[in-house]
Amino acid sequence: MQVAQTDIIARLRKDILIREGLKINAAAALPDIGLGSMNQAFPDKTFPTGCIHECICDDRSGKTATAGFIAGIVSVLMKEGSVSVWIGPANTIFPPALAAFGIDPCKIVFVELHREKDRLWAMEEALACEGLSAVVGEIAQLDFTASRRLQLAVEKSHVTGFVIRQTERLQTTACVARWKIRSAGSSLPEGMPGLGFPRWQVDLLRIRNGRPGSWQFEWNRQHFMEQKPSSSAIYARKKIV
Amino acid sequence: MQKRYVTIWFPYLKTDWVVLRNKTLAEKNFVLTVNDHGRKLITAVSPAAHRQGIYPGMVAADACALFRDLLIREDAPAEAAKLLSRLAEWCIRFTPSVTIDGQDGLLLDATGCTHLWGGEENYIDTLQQRLAGFGLHTRISMADTIGAAWALSRFTTTRSVLPGQQVETLLPLPPAALRLDTVVVERLEKLGLRSIGHFIHMPRSVLLRRFGKDCVQKIRFALGEEEEIHEPIHPLQLYQERLPCLEPIFTPAGIDIALRKLLGMLCDRLRSEGRGLRTAVFTGYRIDGKTVSITIGAGRALHNEIHLHKLFLLKFGAFEPGPGIELFTLDATKTDEITISQLQLWGAGAGLHNTALSELLDRMNNRFGEGHIHRYLPDEHHWPERSVKKSSSLLEKTATGWRPGRPRPLHLLPVPERIEVAAPIPDYPPMHFRHKGVLHKTMKADGPERIEQEWWLQTGLHRDYYCVEDETGNRFWLFRLGHYDEEQPPGWFLHGYFV
Repeated sequence: MQVAQTDIIARLRKDILIREGLKINAAAALPDIGLGSMNQAFPDKTFPTGCIHECICDDRSGKTATAGFIAGIVSVLMKEGSVSVWIGPANTIFPPALAAFGIDPCKIVFVELHREKDRLWAMEEALACEGLSAVVGEIAQLDFTASRRLQLAVEKSHVTGFVIRQTERLQTTACVARWKIRSAGSSLPEGMPGLGFPRWQVDLLRIRNGRPGSWQFEWNRQHFMEQKPSSSAIYARKKIV
Repeated sequence: MQKRYVTIWFPYLKTDWVVLRNKTLAEKNFVLTVNDHGRKLITAVSPAAHRQGIYPGMVAADACALFRDLLIREDAPAEAAKLLSRLAEWCIRFTPSVTIDGQDGLLLDATGCTHLWGGEENYIDTLQQRLAGFGLHTRISMADTIGAAWALSRFTTTRSVLPGQQVETLLPLPPAALRLDTVVVERLEKLGLRSIGHFIHMPRSVLLRRFGKDCVQKIRFALGEEEEIHEPIHPLQLYQERLPCLEPIFTPAGIDIALRKLLGMLCDRLRSEGRGLRTAVFTGYRIDGKTVSITIGAGRALHNEIHLHKLFLLKFGAFEPGPGIELFTLDATKTDEITISQLQLWGAGAGLHNTALSELLDRMNNRFGEGHIHRYLPDEHHWPERSVKKSSSLLEKTATGWRPGRPRPLHLLPVPERIEVAAPIPDYPPMHFRHKGVLHKTMKADGPERIEQEWWLQTGLHRDYYCVEDETGNRFWLFRLGHYDEEQPPGWFLHGYFV
């Protein structure tokens, strides 16, 4: 009896999500990205693909941390040997470092454009192209209309898009999720020298049909590993924007 | 096929051009002059002045002494050359192969073109009438060889000789009609050989000995014994499609139809030959004598008209029809073979072979120009700046793999930025460093990793790299240039950001 009830509730929840506009792409059943308890925050408990994610950052370090976190996600999306496109101004990503995130750097096509308008056009074109696994664009200014255009481009092709925005000004956008990703201090066993695994402080500021929250992840060789935040790991935790 | 050449001579090209700009000078006696050693030398005379006996090469003062009402204008030699090349472009509608011949003539290879105008007579008539419509004096002749046509246009009023009969027509003409050197012409005159008929049947070995190789070659050219090489203004394209229009076209819809039609014809032909185009030029010849063109490039050989049409559409704005376009051409300036393996992958490919991807990159390349899209491949260098190379091809592979195991930053600064540090000696990581005015305190550090100069490429100090994590968890890639030195403290630099 108890089991039947939870089943019904789960089914009803799914129905509500579909009515709220979530598109479940059954064909593209993804392997788990490994985000652990963060999956609870997403609608339907899976990382939303085939939509636009907006990631904001403050400075160069933050941008690099964001790019690294996205690279970790993209590496899972690229598992079937497909290609991704990275659109940014010149010299933003040093390709050999992508190998550490499980991506074959040869499989990323870099589009280097100086003007932001061009990058936006290129991103829209790339998102409409079927057969890509992900498109990452470094676009600081993204207004509602532009984000809506990106979202519309993605709806036909089911490509996942990431917009990295180094900006202070945040407007309403049509993106499904807004992230803020920063580096967090790594931790090592007591008395060990050197650096630990890279660690991120991930704040999911907004998610459509989901629950925002904060998490900490570590890149443990080839996959994400969730970390319970310990007071020692966070040296200077600023208030979330 | 019997070759037929048409030569157009503009005897009054420069003065006609002046009259075109200034209608009041028509039918006037006027000359064009250049300054030469303090005197005015006549370079061109108008038809009316020519009838009075004034010829180029006279000094203007002498001519003025003879004729009081002679008008003198400054000559602009470059303008005439420009006009001639514009006329050559304009003549493309009569034949695809037009050559500029000297300073005042054009050469048209009319082989196989005349029937489109209803015969040779009509062809020459149309050409002459349309050029006369521009206000140009012309002398046009047609013959089997370039040499014969040239001689006829310059020295006779014969408009055309039938195939194979150029020898008889040439016989009474002076030796200069063979385009010989003035020295040779003078020598022939001195010997009493005043017409071509006097010496053309002499043994060639005799002519060769007395008048040089050039003379014999020119005779052979004129008689058609040797093919003369000429350089058309537009080299003939192997893959070219032409679409002449009855009425000038100036609407975007009309141009679009023309483009689709040409693309269809070209792609059909390429498909049947198993080739694909890499670059294509779509050109429109306007009725005002100007041409407009757009060029596209494809990342790999294609014969897919829908995609090619899309590429052209991106640049359609630059295609100005003006008063109307009467001829469209589409050239495949570069083609490649399409291999069978590519045909199999057509439509359904994964990864870098994906057709949709290469079409996307073509669109971007055509919009932004070359050099914006590339992949990175590992290069055989350990110096960080040189460890990757750009590749604009989607299919290029390298023998070397990526070298894992060494920590490399995700964001590498193109130029290392100087920092101020406080570091324990001799080779410990810094305790803290200041970059752009911000102090970073080192919490954890790793290193050093020494990277030596590649001495066969450049000399200088080695770098000792450290990975450093500051109090907020940000990680940096720093290096010290060279060894620690008490007298000359080594420079420290920030070279990248880790995740």
